[in-house]
Amino acid sequence: MREGFISRGFGGRRRGQAMKLPPGQYLEDGFPVLSAGPTPRTPLEAWDFSVVGEVDEPKRWTWEEFKRLPSEEITRDIHCVTKWSKLGTRWEGVSVDTLLEGVETAADYVTAFCDGDYTTNLPLEDVTGGKAWVAYAYEGEPLEPVHGGPARLLVPHLYFWKSAKWVRGLRLMASDLPGFWESLGYHNYGDPWREQRYWGD
Amino acid sequence: MQLYRTLWRLADVVEVVPETPRTKSLVLEVPGWEGHKTGQHVDVRLTAEDGYQAQRSYSIASAPEDERLVLTVDRLDDGEVSPYLTEVLMVGDKLEFRGPIGGYFTWEAREGGPLLLIGGGSGVVPLRAMLRHRAAVGSDVPTRLLYSSRSYEEIIYRRELENLAAQDGSLEVLHTLTRSWPASWSGYHRRIDAEMLAEVAWSPDERPLAFVCGPTPLVEAVGAALVGLGHDAARVKTERFGATGG
Repeated sequence: MREGFISRGFGGRRRGQAMKLPPGQYLEDGFPVLSAGPTPRTPLEAWDFSVVGEVDEPKRWTWEEFKRLPSEEITRDIHCVTKWSKLGTRWEGVSVDTLLEGVETAADYVTAFCDGDYTTNLPLEDVTGGKAWVAYAYEGEPLEPVHGGPARLLVPHLYFWKSAKWVRGLRLMASDLPGFWESLGYHNYGDPWREQRYWGD
Repeated sequence: MQLYRTLWRLADVVEVVPETPRTKSLVLEVPGWEGHKTGQHVDVRLTAEDGYQAQRSYSIASAPEDERLVLTVDRLDDGEVSPYLTEVLMVGDKLEFRGPIGGYFTWEAREGGPLLLIGGGSGVVPLRAMLRHRAAVGSDVPTRLLYSSRSYEEIIYRRELENLAAQDGSLEVLHTLTRSWPASWSGYHRRIDAEMLAEVAWSPDERPLAFVCGPTPLVEAVGAALVGLGHDAARVKTERFGATGG
């Protein structure tokens, strides 16, 4: 932090300042899209979701089976590391708690893996206890491919790159392994309220 | 390996270059600048007198070999930061930033090609850094830039791109104009589509390395078309910006 610097002539537009946004974020009404490569398009017949790694027995659901799991409606603010925040977004999906029900594990970490070979890593305690979902609907509509459909991870208390698009499963891990962006200079944990954008933040 | 500079620091604005009616290049003197990779960005932070701050990310327009760091900024009329950078900031001011940031959408000449660069609007900025780097190191990696602009007047770096291509038999620059074009225009004049990419993008057997940067609809269309033509999705790197925000 460089104390005391003022940008000459800058007043600011201050949209959303009355609302409490994490430091360095601005309010966004649209839904910007960010990803590192082309949007994968996996047909639903070929889609599945699995829980693998340090588990007594791996689990797997087809799309049909996944859609029959108990689902929840989730309304949360989301914060992208590219500085936009969007308030009160509405999702529907399956709680990670539901997916891990009955799973015996000594793991402390989880890697979400995705179509397009994207991965992201999280402490297990950040995806359990009602903090994370695998979401397949947004604002009452099936989640569009460009926003991560058919299903994406939703971990709204961390920067949104942790909410991995096109997620296909969770790998439970005994030790932490940096994912895609986490290996390329982005913060390993990514708490927006502590502005953990990059390595060293 | 410390590829990233995450501390905030101050640059001196030493030159402001109008590029098009809506874009300006900010030429920055950064004491102790350690260099960057093409395709990386910086975060810019503005601070008002009462302490209010706003941050945005901007791609680096200069090559690592260039003497100075350059950002090219597109003015968004309803933006908060870009109108300040393009209309208020002037030579002699300081600009607070941190970076370089980003390790995926980057290219160095030794990574080879063929190099397929596809940009829309100010999405050409990081691609221009790649072309300047390629020229500075004397690389002959076969390279094609396909660049979509709304109109002839809105082509950023038009003359520089012409000059680069004129000096270099292994570089081709192709434009497409989507809203209006001069009567004498002989280039493409439609949005980038699969047919255009089939003409420009080499065959999938040649495994071009593609960098696509622009607004989301362009990036989505190009990404889907390249994969549809048989190109390896893992060799298509994308960077997008929304229509709002800047």
